[in-house]
Amino acid sequence: MSSPTLTKDEAANPAPSPKEPAEAPQEAAPPSALARFLGNPKTLALLVAALVVVVSALVTGAGTWPRSLTADVQSPLNDLDNWLVDNRESHWIFLYFLLHISNFAQASYDTLLSLLESMSYVGVIVVGTLIAWAAGGADLSRRALRTGGTALAVFAVCGVLDVWEPTMETLALMIVSIILAALLGALLGLASGVSDRFEKLLRPVFDTMQVMPAFAYLLPLVLMFDIGVPSALIATVIYAAPPMARLTSLGLRQADPTALEAATSLGADARQRLLTARLPLARKQMMLGLNQTIMMCLSMVVLASLIGAGGLGSEVYEALGALKNGDALVAGVAVVLLAVLLDRTTAAAGERIDDVATTSFSRAAAQLRIVVWGGIAALTVLFAAIGTAVAGDEWPENWVVDFTNSIDTAVNWFTDHLGSGIPLLGGTITWAEGFTEFVLNPLRDGLQTTPWWALALLVAVIGWIVGTWRAALTGVICLALVGWMRLWDVAMDTLSQVLAGLLLTIVVGVLVGVLCARVERVDKLMRPVLDTMQTMPQFVYLIPVIALVGQNRTGGILAAVIYAAPAVIRITAQGLRHVDPAAMEASNSLGATGMQQLFGVQLPLARKSMLVALNQGVVLVLSMVVVAGLIGGGALGYMVVRGLSKGDLSQGFPAGIAIVCLGIMLDRLSQPAAKRNRD
Amino acid sequence: MRIKRVSTIGVAGVGLLGVLALTTGCAADTKASGGGDDKVVLAEPSWVGATANAAVVKKLLEDELDVKVEAKQMDEPVAFDALNSGKADVILEDWHGVPKKQKKYVEEKKTVVSGGDLGVVGHIGWFVPKYYADKHPDILKSYKNLNKHYKDFRTSESGDLGHFIGAAPSYSQHDKELIKNLGLKFKHIPSGAEAAQLKELKRLYDAKKPFLTYWWEPQWMNEKIDLVEVPLPKYTKGCEVPASEAECGYETNQLEKFMNKDFANGDSKAAEFIKNFHWSTKDQNEVAGMIAGKKMDPEDAAAKWIKDNKSTWEKWIPKK
Repeated sequence: MSSPTLTKDEAANPAPSPKEPAEAPQEAAPPSALARFLGNPKTLALLVAALVVVVSALVTGAGTWPRSLTADVQSPLNDLDNWLVDNRESHWIFLYFLLHISNFAQASYDTLLSLLESMSYVGVIVVGTLIAWAAGGADLSRRALRTGGTALAVFAVCGVLDVWEPTMETLALMIVSIILAALLGALLGLASGVSDRFEKLLRPVFDTMQVMPAFAYLLPLVLMFDIGVPSALIATVIYAAPPMARLTSLGLRQADPTALEAATSLGADARQRLLTARLPLARKQMMLGLNQTIMMCLSMVVLASLIGAGGLGSEVYEALGALKNGDALVAGVAVVLLAVLLDRTTAAAGERIDDVATTSFSRAAAQLRIVVWGGIAALTVLFAAIGTAVAGDEWPENWVVDFTNSIDTAVNWFTDHLGSGIPLLGGTITWAEGFTEFVLNPLRDGLQTTPWWALALLVAVIGWIVGTWRAALTGVICLALVGWMRLWDVAMDTLSQVLAGLLLTIVVGVLVGVLCARVERVDKLMRPVLDTMQTMPQFVYLIPVIALVGQNRTGGILAAVIYAAPAVIRITAQGLRHVDPAAMEASNSLGATGMQQLFGVQLPLARKSMLVALNQGVVLVLSMVVVAGLIGGGALGYMVVRGLSKGDLSQGFPAGIAIVCLGIMLDRLSQPAAKRNRD
Repeated sequence: MRIKRVSTIGVAGVGLLGVLALTTGCAADTKASGGGDDKVVLAEPSWVGATANAAVVKKLLEDELDVKVEAKQMDEPVAFDALNSGKADVILEDWHGVPKKQKKYVEEKKTVVSGGDLGVVGHIGWFVPKYYADKHPDILKSYKNLNKHYKDFRTSESGDLGHFIGAAPSYSQHDKELIKNLGLKFKHIPSGAEAAQLKELKRLYDAKKPFLTYWWEPQWMNEKIDLVEVPLPKYTKGCEVPASEAECGYETNQLEKFMNKDFANGDSKAAEFIKNFHWSTKDQNEVAGMIAGKKMDPEDAAAKWIKDNKSTWEKWIPKK
């Protein structure tokens, strides 16, 4: 473990001067980290590559990918588009396969929604609260009461805010998507957890599923499965399944070896070991995976509304079209509340499974539980039969409070005053213009004027240094693919935005993460804020962002930072908190100050977590490229949006693939090989 | 210990199994909705004028003809797919923004038919705020004078050129090509969504900054901000095809209704009502203004308009 010292020296000498003797005396003492750093041929290669980039950019002044090395990817996609439209009513693949999927999705949703509707609001509140309470343990313990109380509060608030009907539509869609995403994720995770070959095969698939903007594959889905619920459901499942799969696989692979050995010694074969030891031991990770899957499902709510699936997303989207921030925010709050409800309920159920594993329990408790669930089922049937007759089919109008106008006023006041009214400092608009002019524009121009071969060289060298030749090759291939699809210039524009967004996200994320890890109170304060930042539909804050910074790339970057920072903050804080207490103790006893402890011990030891945070930063910032395209980010994001909204497969799909390419390239360039080998 | 876990897992699975069991009965049903007279599905795009159409049609159909109506949010291209498949029955306001799909479904496959004019006239053009035009009136004479003033329109996004605020991606437009073909010193920067463009215009208007934008009528915000049009070369039929050679402005457009063929020929009262539905730009702006400007609920706005304009809508109701 030499990484702590190395990191420290790197931080102290960010730019080693070339004058320093490269071949330091090495015979007596072991070489210092700095000497090793400079003596390394890889460093030399990096310096040379950087030099080539700068010189070639200055000399040639234009970096377009050569036209001769491109291909026409649009015509085949147009053909595919036409084929889908012409054949969807006659071809067997639709009649005997895809149609069944889409009907299944539609029917599950319809069934669930009509159940919720026939139960009326009274039935939904009673049964929903009871289910949450039963999931928490069905007794008078604090957990059971708290879970039940959360459910009751969530339903009540959604009703009072006058969004009961769309909330039910969204709830029905979410329940079906979460179940399907969790099942698919668990199955894929199982496969990649028990087989190394599957693991290798599925990893790029998961990457693609997460980074590929849903906007890009929504169009082919619409052509295959028609508009509305089926396409929305499938898009959501594709996006939300990977975390479940990854964490299931991780859990299976991390299962305590002694427990496995014990199972083997008791004569269990591989299948029994999997069922009795490995799967139960992986349940913590699986619960975390489920939590992430729920969050991601809910973040797709607005997208579903773009193709006619209705629900809260539709409310948000429509409200924004009329610039009603208040209405949009109210619907957004309902989405966040649904996330809280589903997350807390499943988490409570998960905790209970944990308890069961550690404590014994009585037969009486089991019987009580069966009675409770039986009662819930009976109540469901009862309400389904008489609910609307007793309580009517709509939330009563006099139980509604209208906050929307006061929210509008508040948001407008806030944006007006912060936008330009601050004396001396200028306000957010001035800062945003400065950021565009002095950070984004030079970065974009730099990337666009660098010749493609120089950039490929730089990517190859960085890939080789942090990873292996394999990483270098992957990076270059990704870059070449972008050029081949005739998207070089646009992709460089996007890359400059992504790099700037990533930098901001990491800076903000690590700073706040460190603060959270060290000050308990900040951590508590931040938790609900982070929940909201992750699940509030981005559309809700996109429009106020325009008031603050204008319709430009900076606005898009700001939105990306808001969305991506929470994950970085969480992972950083957790990594720092889990640093080996012995190391902390030791540094304490040596009289290290808080700062020394942070930079010398905590940060270096939390290196692995920091890398995961970086990876998540890359993935999440990229997933916001499209959203940024909606408010003036332009480039690839706009192309994807345009592809969907013009119904043009040949434009949106390649742009989506280019975003995936950038994602894979950035991931390979930022994740050292050691991590890859270990996993 | 095992019993309890099994019971928990079992309970968790009940929801799923229930869903599965209930769905087996309805497999391979090609049309989930639409076509029949029981429920009419409207394709409702994201702009407020469309909300106004949908709200009035919905209220009248439900109150006067007792037909259930569902408005589904979707943009023009997706809406055409939906009309083709029968997932939606009607588009009330189409700007002819997806000529390829229109050709495919209306002319070739004949699954979609025209429902006649909406009565509202759509006009697209290039606009600047009135306070700017008052200071530089020559800009209203010809688009050529834009090049004299392009420096006023520069932003950090457009660099050395003037900033042209483009439209949302799903709207009919050929501004980017027009700027190039007319040799204007402007950079076309598209808006990703109508809401984004509206908010940006509002921000610039409140700050009294100059801007040049793609803009149109009917549009509820026209009552709140005062924009004037910069004349573009006159539109002649087909002059914008192909877009890369376009050198003209936009067609003044009779907005059209489109219907699913089965629904249109189904001889239902709802279909007849929708064919009859025909109102003016002023009517639509009135309802849209109530929804967006006065922040009323679409349903309430429609109710208010219906109460005040009985003579207009009486003609739409099919005779017995």
